[in-house]
Amino acid sequence: MNWGSLEAFLAMGGYALYVWGSYAVTFILIVAEILLLARRRRGIVTQLGGLGRVSRRPS
Amino acid sequence: MIYIKRRQVNYLKIALLFVQRWVLMDRIGEVTQSARPPSGGRINWFKYSSPQTFFPLAGAAIPWFSAAAAIFCLLGLYLSFFVAPTDQQQGEVYRIIFIHVPAAWMSMFIYVVMAFWAGVGLVLNTRLSGMMANALAPTGALFTFLALWTGSLWGKPTWGAWWVWDARLTSELILLFLYFGFMALTAAIDDARRADRAAGLFALVGVINIPIIYFSVQWWNTLHQGASVSLTRAPTMAATMLAGMVLMALGFWMYSFAASFARVRCIILERERNAEWVAQYAEALR
Repeated sequence: MNWGSLEAFLAMGGYALYVWGSYAVTFILIVAEILLLARRRRGIVTQLGGLGRVSRRPS
Repeated sequence: MIYIKRRQVNYLKIALLFVQRWVLMDRIGEVTQSARPPSGGRINWFKYSSPQTFFPLAGAAIPWFSAAAAIFCLLGLYLSFFVAPTDQQQGEVYRIIFIHVPAAWMSMFIYVVMAFWAGVGLVLNTRLSGMMANALAPTGALFTFLALWTGSLWGKPTWGAWWVWDARLTSELILLFLYFGFMALTAAIDDARRADRAAGLFALVGVINIPIIYFSVQWWNTLHQGASVSLTRAPTMAATMLAGMVLMALGFWMYSFAASFARVRCIILERERNAEWVAQYAEALR
């Protein structure tokens, strides 16, 4: 274990901005890509008439 | 002298004409694909080049790749922050390496895979190849941006500058522009098959940048340090550091599979929207 306390962990030896800036942006962008992919899929499936968003055609 | 030059210009004109004809070729793929005779006994690889066959396969693979990505990344993060020791020279800031190097590896690797599928699409006229190349580009651009971003945040405290016009950094920036160019070119041409052809040629030409990035630290005198990991040299870093980096790289790799498969499924639905099986698939989701 490298860190004595939570503060020491968050401070990253004085490099908090650089280390957490790297990890935070990586995390945010990956989550954003996943959300964008889900939205793109919802969009095309809805357009095709799936997911029940479009009123049913009379069968 | 003048004679040779004129002849060279003529060769160039002929080459350009061929490229033009090739890019403009249209809808030949469908014809050649359906006319292909079934191969007796051997595995017919072209079967998997059909979007209809690949769509459910990709869908089934996504949860596995996602789970593997999560596990590798969590293990990698644990090693990176709690097991790997503090660097003697750089202190804690070196911990950026655990995303910087894997992101940089993925940025180059995804480009090579993207160009490979683009090339396959150009040679064999398989529709799925172009779709796969398209699906890989945004994820590749994401990792290229992350490599540049984390590198910048690492450069400031260690070199004293956010950015330097160093060979490694500049060639990686060019890689980002190559991804953007590929995506812009695909988006600019309405006919999807024609767009694949033009963007595929663009991707293949851009492959030249990959060895330039990789060897830039050897070819030029750069501020960027040399390769972190080498197959021929003994490891220069602590085993736990190396393990953390490899685990993060595996996590990013698995994530790239999941993300590009999810995107290729969207592209398949968008492009094959008039196909009967797509209508049935959408119907089943109601």
